Amino acid sequence: MNGHDLTAILPLIVLGGTVTIVMLTIAFCRNHRLTALLSVLGLILCLIAIWPASDLAPRQVTPLFVIDRYALFYMGLIFAASIAILLLSYGYLAARRERPEEFYLLVLAATLGAVALVASDHFASFFLGLETLSISLLGLIAYPRDHEKSLEAGVKYLILAGISSAFLLFGMALVYARLGSMEFVRIATLLSTVDVSPDLYWLTGLALIFTGIGFKLSVVPFHMWAPDVYEGAPAPVAAFVAVVSKGAMFALLLRYFVTAAADSFGPAPMMIEIVAVASILVGNLLALLQTNIKRILAYSSIAHLGYLLVAFLAGGALRIEAVTYYLVAYAVMTVGAFGIITVLSASSADAEIEDLDAYRGLIWRRPWLGGAFVAMLLSLAGIPLTMGFIGKFYAIAAGVSATMWPAVIALIVGSIIGLFYYLRVIVAICTPAPESATTAYGGAVPIVGGATLAALTLMLIGLGVYPTPLVHLIQVTAAQMTVR
Amino acid sequence: MILIWLILTPLIGGLLAGFSGRRNNALPRWLSLGCLAIDLALLLVLCATHYGAAITPNGTWLAQIDLPWIPQLGIRLHLGLDGLSLLLILLTLGLGVMSIIASWSEITERVGFFHFNLMLTLAGVIGVFLALDLFLFFFFWELMLVPMYFLIAVWGHERRIYAAIKFFLFTQGSGLLMFAAIVALALINYRQTGILTFDYFALAKTQLGSTTQMWLMLGFFIAFAVKLPVVPFHTWLADAHTEAPTAGSVILAGLLLKTGAYGLLRFAVPLFPAASAAFAPVAMTLGVIGILYGAMLAFAQDDMKRLVAYTSVSHLGFVLLGIYAGNALALQGAIVQMLAHGLSTGALFILVGALQEKLHTRDMRQLGGLWSAVPRIGAIGLFFAIASLALPGLGNFVGEFLVLLGTYRVASGFAIAATLGLVVSTIYALSFVQRVFHGERRTSAALTDFSSRHMLVMATMIVALVWLGCYPQPVFDAASSGLANLQRVASEHLPASGEP
Repeated sequence: MNGHDLTAILPLIVLGGTVTIVMLTIAFCRNHRLTALLSVLGLILCLIAIWPASDLAPRQVTPLFVIDRYALFYMGLIFAASIAILLLSYGYLAARRERPEEFYLLVLAATLGAVALVASDHFASFFLGLETLSISLLGLIAYPRDHEKSLEAGVKYLILAGISSAFLLFGMALVYARLGSMEFVRIATLLSTVDVSPDLYWLTGLALIFTGIGFKLSVVPFHMWAPDVYEGAPAPVAAFVAVVSKGAMFALLLRYFVTAAADSFGPAPMMIEIVAVASILVGNLLALLQTNIKRILAYSSIAHLGYLLVAFLAGGALRIEAVTYYLVAYAVMTVGAFGIITVLSASSADAEIEDLDAYRGLIWRRPWLGGAFVAMLLSLAGIPLTMGFIGKFYAIAAGVSATMWPAVIALIVGSIIGLFYYLRVIVAICTPAPESATTAYGGAVPIVGGATLAALTLMLIGLGVYPTPLVHLIQVTAAQMTVR
Repeated sequence: MILIWLILTPLIGGLLAGFSGRRNNALPRWLSLGCLAIDLALLLVLCATHYGAAITPNGTWLAQIDLPWIPQLGIRLHLGLDGLSLLLILLTLGLGVMSIIASWSEITERVGFFHFNLMLTLAGVIGVFLALDLFLFFFFWELMLVPMYFLIAVWGHERRIYAAIKFFLFTQGSGLLMFAAIVALALINYRQTGILTFDYFALAKTQLGSTTQMWLMLGFFIAFAVKLPVVPFHTWLADAHTEAPTAGSVILAGLLLKTGAYGLLRFAVPLFPAASAAFAPVAMTLGVIGILYGAMLAFAQDDMKRLVAYTSVSHLGFVLLGIYAGNALALQGAIVQMLAHGLSTGALFILVGALQEKLHTRDMRQLGGLWSAVPRIGAIGLFFAIASLALPGLGNFVGEFLVLLGTYRVASGFAIAATLGLVVSTIYALSFVQRVFHGERRTSAALTDFSSRHMLVMATMIVALVWLGCYPQPVFDAASSGLANLQRVASEHLPASGEP
């Protein structure tokens, strides 16, 4: 480990430092504003630290981590998402009864876990990152301690996360038993020399690992926890689970598959295609039945992970490009949608505004917030002028180029069903409200949260109309990944 | 550059109208009108400078612009204006102005947002008529749906939410099928040439096996068939047209349906000529079914707006028949029919909308004997009803007659069956006039006749329709130059050489 190595993992170090400083600050001086400021500053420093690191990329730092442009890109995405979520939560937390400071600490720790995941090149760092992320998330989900629903969601998450980790560990053990290595690169080399396709250890190991990952991604049939956890968790935490946790996991899955030649995975692509189709259909169909916005978004997130898996199955450079663009789009629109719930809920100290009826006539009372919400929903539905449209284009292109017609048809059918429930929400936002509902959210919109939402909406439309810079950046990132 | 401004002007107008709506109800209307006038002026300037050179039987482009948009994916901002686009954009701007004036007194709430959506739809429609990059085309294709959805869902009548959602699901769902076909076409072309592009002319050169070509063509056809609408996909139309506010109905019937026909003409047929030729009998059968079934449904309605909506199904059946009959005569007829239908149906929707605004009902069982109360509306209603049944001397006659003439040369059976549609259309058109304007008066509501504003709109449309019926030669010139372009694209296909 030398100076260059330290520079390469600078973002991780800065984040680790920020966690420590924030923890100590809370211990000595409880101050919401100070904690929030320190956390956001720390994350911004992490973002800045990506620049020096990117000069050294790609670089293997210890057997555990690899810092390449791909990892750095996803780190940037995760940091940006965390910053946005923290900014959105500020006003929300200020209105709550719970002490807000530890919330920031937990978000920072979870971010650290997620960042470790996207840079990991070894089963050990994979598992460590995952556990750091999961355990911090547990604290975040059950953060409103006196809310029954949150506690229930927390316990549910705890048990399922534990079980999925056990699956994952066992799968890793089986792969190790067969191949004798825990490094992704090494596994990839071994796979190219040894024919493992009929091997039971390898296949079982692979299936178990995929099960573990599937739980985290909440794809069908491992999706049961998602709606309950999204509903019970505070809105910003739900955004964090949907974006940072799933995004990091997906980035890792992609690295795992790209590093090792996909042909050696035997039946895995077919398995993933089935999972993708099931996620798209089940997610969208179940979303139709919901009247709670957070549950709708939870099911829609299941469907979106299905779209991502379709993009994931395409071959060649298109795969990384499609998945990465889709993940960025998904991050912007999901943080945006949950952000609006967060910002609206900031005016009520107790409950969250999550019932569909409460959104009736939003656009006439709060034109900007309502407009932003409509934009986010249209993007989730994949309508032009938004990032979601380009994302859907990528997903369809990926599916078509891999000639996976069942997946493409599922994507189209899923989008139509999806449109139906997004439109339901839009209809609610646009119909004039009954007089009785006008008192639901009277308070002012927190300035920080409002500004963050404005930035997200601008990004959503800007990168939807002119995605060239982002596409260019992703292509540069993807090029290095395939060369390796 | 002027082509980009053609799209941007209504867009900017929409934004201005949207923001000005907070202050004042009249301002958005004037701003929208002003922007459409500027747009029209731009188009006329373009014509004045390039018309003579471009509108020739050989066909060339009046103007083209080709800029990079997303270069990594080969997506370009490629717009082009030829005779066909020109006619349809003129129709777009004309009907846009008409619908703004017609909804002057109907829309009194959220005026700014209304005009924002209206102008955005128009911008999307103009974009569709100009786009020569398939990705860009799809972009505009989807773009016009969202504001249209809001027009129906916010300002519509009783069952507006149902109608709006149905409209959106049908068009968006079929659009995605087309999108998958576009992407597949681009990727096949990429494998053949190594260049990823969505350019219309480049993709037209793709070599396709007959099975692939058929599937891709069906992807396009279904999207356009839903918009047109072709009979099994027509169910959204009656609901959407009926529930939409007047301006929404005018734009839906006059313009959005035309985008379907335009898509068939510009994309489905020239890009896949062999598959289209093989598919023509099926398409023509569907066209004839549309003509007869639409007319019969129209006759069976009690709701005035539904009646007019179903006449669209019937009239656009002729367009479909003409497009797939494929000879110059039938294609000319289809284009004239598109324009004439836009004018006559648009006018009927304005008329019916005005009646509803005054009487608060569209049910013909409660109407009757209105002629004496509102003679101006009665006379104009009679005029457009007989235009709709294709009286010689009016635009619709030219269109339908040419389509029948052209079809007869290719497939006489279809032409004979379609001619029956003219008989049925006489029945529904005259029964409409009879039930609304003649007979015993059943309402006692005090009625005011058309204002001078409405009279202006109607007079313009009457003049246009008569002109189209008596002297359609300029339209033929422009259309034949556009058709020559399409012919050239279609002939660029090299003979198919097996599966790619």
